[in-house]
Amino acid sequence: MSKRIDVENLNVYYGDFLAVQDVSMNIEPRSVTAFIGPSGCGKSTFLRTLNRMHEVIPGAYAQGKVLLDGDDLYGKGVDPVTVRSMVGMVFQRPNPFPTMSIRDNVLAGVKLNNKRISSKDADDLVESSLRGANLWNEVKDRLDKPGSGLSGGQQQRLCIARAIAVKPDVILMDEPCSALDPISTLAIEDLINEIKTDYTVVIVTHNMQQASRVSDKTAFFNIEGTGKPGRLIEYAPTTDIFNNPQKKDTEDYVSGRFG
Amino acid sequence: MTTSTQLGTSPVRQSKLTRGQRPKWLVPVIGVAAIVAGAALAALVGFSIALWALFAAVIFLVVGPLAVGLIEGSRSGTDSLMTFLVYAAFILAVIPLISVIWTVLVNGIPGLTSNMLFTSMNGVTGFHDNQADAPGSVIGGAYHAIVGTVSITFWATLMSVPVGLLTAIYLVEYSRGGWLGKAITFFVDVMTGIPSIVAGLFAAALFGMIFGPSTRTGFVAAVALTVLMIPTVVKNTEEMLRIVPNELREASYALGVRKWRTILKVVIPTAISGIASGVTLAIARVIGETAPLLVTAGFATAINWNSFSGWMTTLPTFIYYQIMTPTSPTNPDPSLQRAWAAALILIVIVMLLNLVARLIARAFAPKTAGR
Ligand SMILES: Nc1ncnc2c1ncn2[C@@H]1O[C@H](COP(=O)(O)OP(=O)(O)O)[C@@H](O)[C@H]1O
Ligand SMILES: [Mg+2]
Repeated sequence: MSKRIDVENLNVYYGDFLAVQDVSMNIEPRSVTAFIGPSGCGKSTFLRTLNRMHEVIPGAYAQGKVLLDGDDLYGKGVDPVTVRSMVGMVFQRPNPFPTMSIRDNVLAGVKLNNKRISSKDADDLVESSLRGANLWNEVKDRLDKPGSGLSGGQQQRLCIARAIAVKPDVILMDEPCSALDPISTLAIEDLINEIKTDYTVVIVTHNMQQASRVSDKTAFFNIEGTGKPGRLIEYAPTTDIFNNPQKKDTEDYVSGRFG
Repeated sequence: MTTSTQLGTSPVRQSKLTRGQRPKWLVPVIGVAAIVAGAALAALVGFSIALWALFAAVIFLVVGPLAVGLIEGSRSGTDSLMTFLVYAAFILAVIPLISVIWTVLVNGIPGLTSNMLFTSMNGVTGFHDNQADAPGSVIGGAYHAIVGTVSITFWATLMSVPVGLLTAIYLVEYSRGGWLGKAITFFVDVMTGIPSIVAGLFAAALFGMIFGPSTRTGFVAAVALTVLMIPTVVKNTEEMLRIVPNELREASYALGVRKWRTILKVVIPTAISGIASGVTLAIARVIGETAPLLVTAGFATAINWNSFSGWMTTLPTFIYYQIMTPTSPTNPDPSLQRAWAAALILIVIVMLLNLVARLIARAFAPKTAGR
């Protein structure tokens, strides 16, 4: 399953501080969308509004509409927990649960919710998720070992396996490779290319080569100065953003001529 | 090949990198010299072990860093001065501890008979104590006090751990800096400072109001101890919950897990080893309380397993009464012997608790090995 996302006039706040202003964009299903832009322009903030993780921070809230296949995530009576089980997330720093084995980490979404699952189904789910995250061959002999014993890149793929094990429609990734070495980064990029056949993927990245390698469309965010809100400057197919940007800011940023 | 022969032929060659360093024997030799010189100096003034140790320490602390400083420069000299000072502080800190343990062992072991461990003071009178002429022939023991300590502490733990744990969870996970959270934090801080006798009086007055004056049972004492334990448990648990990285909570939320399940299945398991050892330390702290028990549990000489009726004795109050009002005023030695033995039992119980805390901490600790 894979769903489209339509954002309409979204403003995102931390208390009184308007962090992201008036963003509208349409994200197609089965595509990879990259968010680029300078630090502090609100990429992470905006990304986290797409699965209502933003409001976990005290005082934080969002105004506007985020439609997941037409249903507003911020509509009345919508349970953020339901939203998050449909829109998964992978964080900047790999964060496997330290108290759990590799296997239990993959099953975390099922087990933490106390869903019943037969041990055969669990085995199948662990294998398919780890295969989906290109990690199965590396860990199949040590599924009962702690997840925190893996290398950084493996941990991040474990987190991706954990995210896809709950069968979401969308996967959000916030700079998933920024803590990883080039080889692990490549492994994750390959993975993103594979999983986009099943999921809508949105990825924040600082690395413009990465954006151009993995994404179909790219959104460039910018900020006028500290204390000012971040805005969506340009949103277009990735090749256009990098080869034929319409806005001067975008051109400056992608060509490295940025102050 | 060539390198190995070269190394072999010049065994005394000093590396350029270690030139100008003090020889290994320097500090130990200065230490021995300081001990000898300290003894001599102490003998001049009037010998005592304390003076000897003091002089030796001062000489060592002055000469050692000076010598090192002359050979290796002032940075190394300061470094060794600080190192020696830290060691000196450490030794000063453990002297009382070792001395207490030593005294209790020496005085307590002779009294640690099977009578002591498995009989109560029921029916033991001054007459029996006057008859006792050897440590082994003292009858009567602290079994009833052990029973009292165990059951009162059990009830106190049973009441304070859930309350403390839930309060800490509220403070860390739910209050979001609201006024209620601030108020609770304030009152918990105030509670930390309550003198234990006041907690005892509070419990005595509370039960006196409900069940009539001078209601004294083990449970009243347990309530008093609960008042003392709760702030410790709250503070410690709070600390342990706060160091659970937020990333783990977010990882759990992002999987569509509800908040309370996240707390129950991710946050608490991650912090459980610290929480468990904190609880054990809180128990260890109240298990030695005397004052609040004197006013809440009364005093008994017979075994009483029931915390809800009848007076009870615990090890600390047992020790207190044995010392202050010996069973036989004319021959207090058997009472003294029982008091020391009870002190030893108490220390052993506390040490066992600490051990248990460590085992729990080890058993629950996040698994990080096996890279
Ligand atoms: N928890 C927070 N509380 C308040 N302000 C925040 C918080 N997190 C981020 N911000 C602010 O929001 C803005 C956008 O931050 P962020 O989304 O992290 O940027 P990016 O991910 O693009 O580097 C910044 O000005 C930052 O200071
Ligand atoms: Mg960011």
